[in-house]
Amino acid sequence: MDLVTPSIGLVFWSTISFLTLLFLLTKFAWKPITAALSERENSIDEALKAAENARKQMEKLTADNEKLLNQARAERDAMLKEANEMKEGIIAQAKKSAAEEGAKLLANAKAAIEQEKVAAMNQLKTQVAELSVDMAEKILRTKMTDRAQQEAFVNENLKSISLN
Amino acid sequence: MSLITARFSTRNTLISGLFILVLLIGNFTAIGQHNHDHTATENVSHSEHNQTDSAMAEGITHTENTGHHDEEAFNTKEVIMEHIADGHDWHLWGHTSLHLPVIVYTDKGLEVFSSGKFNHGHDAYQGKYYTYALDKSHPEKEKLTVVTADGQLDETATSNITDLSITKNVASMMVSMLFLFLIFFSVAAGYKKRGIGAPKGLQSWLEPIILFVRDEIARPNLGENYKKYMPYLLTVFFFIWMNNVLGLVPFFPGGANVTGNIAVTLVLALFTFIITSFSGTKTYWGHVFTPHVPLWLYPLMIPVEIIGLFTKPFALMIRLFANITAGHILVLSLVCLIFIFKSMSVAGVSVPFVVFISVIEMLVAFIQAFIFTILSALYIGMALEKPSADAHH
Repeated sequence: MDLVTPSIGLVFWSTISFLTLLFLLTKFAWKPITAALSERENSIDEALKAAENARKQMEKLTADNEKLLNQARAERDAMLKEANEMKEGIIAQAKKSAAEEGAKLLANAKAAIEQEKVAAMNQLKTQVAELSVDMAEKILRTKMTDRAQQEAFVNENLKSISLN
Repeated sequence: MSLITARFSTRNTLISGLFILVLLIGNFTAIGQHNHDHTATENVSHSEHNQTDSAMAEGITHTENTGHHDEEAFNTKEVIMEHIADGHDWHLWGHTSLHLPVIVYTDKGLEVFSSGKFNHGHDAYQGKYYTYALDKSHPEKEKLTVVTADGQLDETATSNITDLSITKNVASMMVSMLFLFLIFFSVAAGYKKRGIGAPKGLQSWLEPIILFVRDEIARPNLGENYKKYMPYLLTVFFFIWMNNVLGLVPFFPGGANVTGNIAVTLVLALFTFIITSFSGTKTYWGHVFTPHVPLWLYPLMIPVEIIGLFTKPFALMIRLFANITAGHILVLSLVCLIFIFKSMSVAGVSVPFVVFISVIEMLVAFIQAFIFTILSALYIGMALEKPSADAHH
């Protein structure tokens, strides 16, 4: 029975010891420990949330980027197309104007050639005529000494001229 | 109880199991030493058959030199009771004891002297106010008495004194407090140093246990109010655990039976009772004094409810006391088998059994601390009951 009869002394010291332990551990151990633990948990929680946010933002950014990229691509395509068209237009126009110019030049050249040819022919004609007259004069001077001969010749020539 | 086992998750069992294993490494050698202590002190006068053992031979010389126990038969009950009971001396080894201070509060004033003055209970000590003696007639309880000049018990004077000595249990409790301070102040310093960084060393070792108390004991039972009760629950848990474990270490500064002493468990249960009562909500007290039963049942129900208030902490007190004392008795009985059979060969059987039981006791040390704490949390949680909760119990 003595075993289950609490002794006053031990009750007294247990109470004092336990209260001391409770007080000192609460003040110097449990409070800082539990505070640090909950602080850590909060910071982990926050970090996780921040990571989630960052992920979402990243997703949004990626989507935005994708959009921007697509837009840029479309713009580039449009620009390229436009440039192509413009190039083709320019080339066509250049070809057209070059052909026109060429034709014009050719026509001019032809005209000039024609003119030159006509001029050269005229000159040639004049010279040939002059030479012929000169030669004829010389021939005539040597051959036509008598009057009858001269008249016959003139007549013959006249006939051929009128025929001409 | 199924509730408790369910909450006792595997992960945490593993952690505590590891802790127990680590502590046990030191325990194996310790048990051996325990045997020697017995050999040397109490019982060797009848071991003439086994004089080959040197430790026994040494024990005999001791016994012959000092001369007590000479003709006494080996008394198992006395040996065991002496070990599990409180005492004014702290037995270290052989005939060496630590003489703890005796503090007596008498009707005439306070008196302090060393317990060495009693010479292990053989002498009386003439103090300032009375002559004191140690009554060792009941091995389960050493009693400080007042004696008259001719050595007779002075009953009236004895009833006037209060023994507030630093006994073996008080000293052991203080040692465990010192350990707890050292451990948890260093852990707290770790948190201060590392802030929210990863824990290291002792800190990382105890953090899961602190979290276990918080997440498995406090939160499920106390709900959102758990923070207020965390210091008490943590203190009670580690106090009981530390004392349980120290009680299993057979040599100084362990070996005392602190949590197996009814006075200590009484105080702890009383704390839970006081906290429960002061936390009691209107609903909680309403269940006690205005239970949801027909009015004619009130004369029956109200006393039952009031008894119920006290049976809960009473059960806490008895459970811890009985479990730890039973463990000590079991280990000591197995050791005593060697001396009952007066044969060293019995040690071959009983020592492995002692080791086996000690391993179980290491588990019990944790489990009992856990049960005391979780039931305290449960009782406090019941007292915190909100009116919206289920009305029937």
